Amino acid sequence: MEKTWNNRAWFLVLPVLLLVAFSAVIPLMTVVNYSVQDTFGNNVFFWAGTEWFEELLSSSRFWQAMIRNLVFSFIILAIEVPLGIFIALNMPKKGWGVPVCLVLMALPLLIPWNVVGTIWQVFGRNDIGLLGYYVNALGIDYNYVQDPYDAWVTVIIMDVWHWTSLVVLLCYAGLVSIPDAFYQAAKIDGASRWAVFRYIQLPKMNRVLLIAVLLRFMDSFMIYTEPFVVTGGGPGNSTTFLSIDLVKTALGQFDLGPAAAMSLVYFLIVLLLSWVFYTVMTNYDAER
Amino acid sequence: MARIDVNHIRHSYLQNPRTDADFALKEVHHTFEDGGAYALLGPSGCGKTTLLNIISGLLHPSHGQLLFNGRDVTNLSTQERNIAQVFQFPVIYDTMTVYDNLAFPLRNRGVPEADVDRKVRETLEMTGLADMAKRKARGLTADQKQKISLGRGLVRSDVNAILFDEPLTVIDPHMKWVLRSQLKQLHRRFGYTMVYVTHDQTEALTFADRVVVMYDGEIVQIGTPAELFERPRHTFVGYFIGSPGMNVMPVAIDGKTAKLGSQQIELPGVPKAGGGAIELGIRPEYVRLGSQGMAVRVSKVEDVGRHKVVRANLEGREIAAIIGEDETVPADPKVRFDPAGINIYADSWRVEMGA
Repeated sequence: MEKTWNNRAWFLVLPVLLLVAFSAVIPLMTVVNYSVQDTFGNNVFFWAGTEWFEELLSSSRFWQAMIRNLVFSFIILAIEVPLGIFIALNMPKKGWGVPVCLVLMALPLLIPWNVVGTIWQVFGRNDIGLLGYYVNALGIDYNYVQDPYDAWVTVIIMDVWHWTSLVVLLCYAGLVSIPDAFYQAAKIDGASRWAVFRYIQLPKMNRVLLIAVLLRFMDSFMIYTEPFVVTGGGPGNSTTFLSIDLVKTALGQFDLGPAAAMSLVYFLIVLLLSWVFYTVMTNYDAER
Repeated sequence: MARIDVNHIRHSYLQNPRTDADFALKEVHHTFEDGGAYALLGPSGCGKTTLLNIISGLLHPSHGQLLFNGRDVTNLSTQERNIAQVFQFPVIYDTMTVYDNLAFPLRNRGVPEADVDRKVRETLEMTGLADMAKRKARGLTADQKQKISLGRGLVRSDVNAILFDEPLTVIDPHMKWVLRSQLKQLHRRFGYTMVYVTHDQTEALTFADRVVVMYDGEIVQIGTPAELFERPRHTFVGYFIGSPGMNVMPVAIDGKTAKLGSQQIELPGVPKAGGGAIELGIRPEYVRLGSQGMAVRVSKVEDVGRHKVVRANLEGREIAAIIGEDETVPADPKVRFDPAGINIYADSWRVEMGA
């Protein structure tokens, strides 16, 4: 077939180009611009070169926030993924229980993040919070405002409560796509419950699990609203994750240069990890 | 190996079945002989898969008993019944190698690894998978995967029966022939009791010694391929087996003649029909097209290769006739029915004819 060459076709791409420019490219370039300059206000800028980046990468505050964030992501993945699989395995496959379970599972996902934060902020208070009050009444000393350990526990339980459903729903989708014949064949082959999980269910959930891990990792790596509402990053800096630190720097201290440098480093880390996941997943697909 | 007695089994998927229509299996009473190759043939929804799953223990029948070699196994689990089953879509364990797939049922049963190895190697030989033993099972083609499914059954030498649930559905046509002849070979060599569910008559007729035709939750006929072809017990068998199916037309019986509209048809004997709706069935192979007999109006001639199928109108009814590849339709076509191919049905069931 004869191909028609017409450069006016580029106009078709224009709307999306404009949209992306305004929503992503221009803001990003602004940040790049800030990251190499210094300002003392009044819109007067001085060239700073790589100074902010050097300062950032040698600052213990940044690395501590980073480690805190990685530990947090690791813990919530270690809880949410097995727990999500476990719940998905035990959800009913047919009957009236299916819609009930699905709605129950979807509920936490529908709640706005700051509301989730507020719920747990109140829930955990030891004067009026249902959880905080009764845990203390049981003789356990629990106070997320003062004790870093309690603050961590609260933030982690909150995240597990909020996001395990996502893992559950993804796994459940993977599980219901397994044809009955697989379970029947496993019965005939005399497979144990564990073997069914290990050789049928887990391999079939592989892909959705990868997606679940990716989503949960990204989200938890960028977590801001919920811990900010509950602990405000405290006590001290104990729950100050990367994004909270970033906002403190940028808006609290109004250090635009360091904050911009930090944003870019942060952005590059997320980009790198996304690329790693993407490569792993496409390789995995190619292998099939 | 085992003889399988299906003892007055009825099954319904409903909790409280009331009428006959609620039953997926109305009542099946039949014996699968030890070492026989059976095909369960019938249209979709006739209950053949239900019957198969009852034999393998994936379903528990609502009524009736199942015996293996005279022993009641109705309440035994699938695993205890020691049955192999091959499903419509190949079931393989994706993450395992071909070898491990075959070893899986043995390892699950705690067979010592030395025996596992011996049995698996034998089975790899039997199924022709030997040169891909170390490959991951997920990269294989559909027919190879289906061989693995079969192999997982064969590897247990003591299986009571091997059940097939339309195993060739997703296999390419040219591989179907290969697999089917391999199955026949395996059956001849090792004498497994095999039950093969299909809705494809060619598959059923080439695979089985005896074909069990099911229709609407009941067995309508059990017989050799030739019996099913020559003497269909039920008009359904007539329609379902053969291509095209049997011509069935309502007639009135008067002694040794059948009246079809204004035509008189000589019968080979006097039908012992009591009453009910009487029909005459004749296969297209026995309809002779020529210049003698009943006048017909030919509507279509289909050349299907080895022969031609003539579609014609006889007394306002569509009938089919088969003529040789080189024969032509005469200018003034008439048909005769070969008496050897005439069957008489009362309320759809075949009646015998006396002298």
